[in-house]
Amino acid sequence: MTEETTRLVLPSHIEAVADAAAAAADFVKRCGAGEETAFGVDIAIREAVTNAVVHANQRDETKEVAVTFSCSTGALEIEVSDQGRGFDPASVPDPTDPANLMKTSGRGIFLIRNFMDNVEWFMRPEGGTTLRMRKKL
Amino acid sequence: MAELNIRERQAGDVTVLDMDGRITIGEGSVALRSAVRRLLEEGKKKILLNLAGVGYIDSSGIGELVSSYTTINKDGGQLKLLSLTQKLQDLLTITKLLTVFDVYEDEAEALASYK
Repeated sequence: MTEETTRLVLPSHIEAVADAAAAAADFVKRCGAGEETAFGVDIAIREAVTNAVVHANQRDETKEVAVTFSCSTGALEIEVSDQGRGFDPASVPDPTDPANLMKTSGRGIFLIRNFMDNVEWFMRPEGGTTLRMRKKL
Repeated sequence: MAELNIRERQAGDVTVLDMDGRITIGEGSVALRSAVRRLLEEGKKKILLNLAGVGYIDSSGIGELVSSYTTINKDGGQLKLLSLTQKLQDLLTITKLLTVFDVYEDEAEALASYK
């Protein structure tokens, strides 16, 4: 397998979620990932781009969401960058805690962590947050 | 094509919603919310969601299921789920919601469970 990188820049509207997912599906296939990996990546990219559009960029269409897919021997890496003010991932409550079970939101990051092997967020010096997710092949 | 198609049918006093598509942020979640609201306005409080045709649900869709469950319960009704696909079952297991919802594989059994 050769190393490959694809970059997308999407506007901050909800249709960007489906666009990113379609690109991810295509990318995952080219990287030779199996069905289970493809399902996990699909969930993670949808949740990540939804968070970037809705929570970070607050659907402000002057702001963009950049998605980078990289594939190398043994792993896929996806980065989703927003132009929001950032957040502390440690402050997000556990949605499986009995006290939170019936909440109608707050499961996106939990699902990303569940379906990807390695997940980290970092604030960029120029502003905005990047989510980096890795999945072993 | 709509993201989520919902067909309604009546089985005794239970309203069955046959759902086909995806329950995701935007159109799919809104379609489910609207359908449940309309049924409650019509006094139809025993609702069975047939999810056999739903291959995907995101966190927004899961939230909408929880919201529907809570809204219907508060109104004195009952929401039950029928025929989860394996992926939906996995997602509800991971989020620990499988124990919250009343889930059936067999429609006759689901219908008989309503009080």
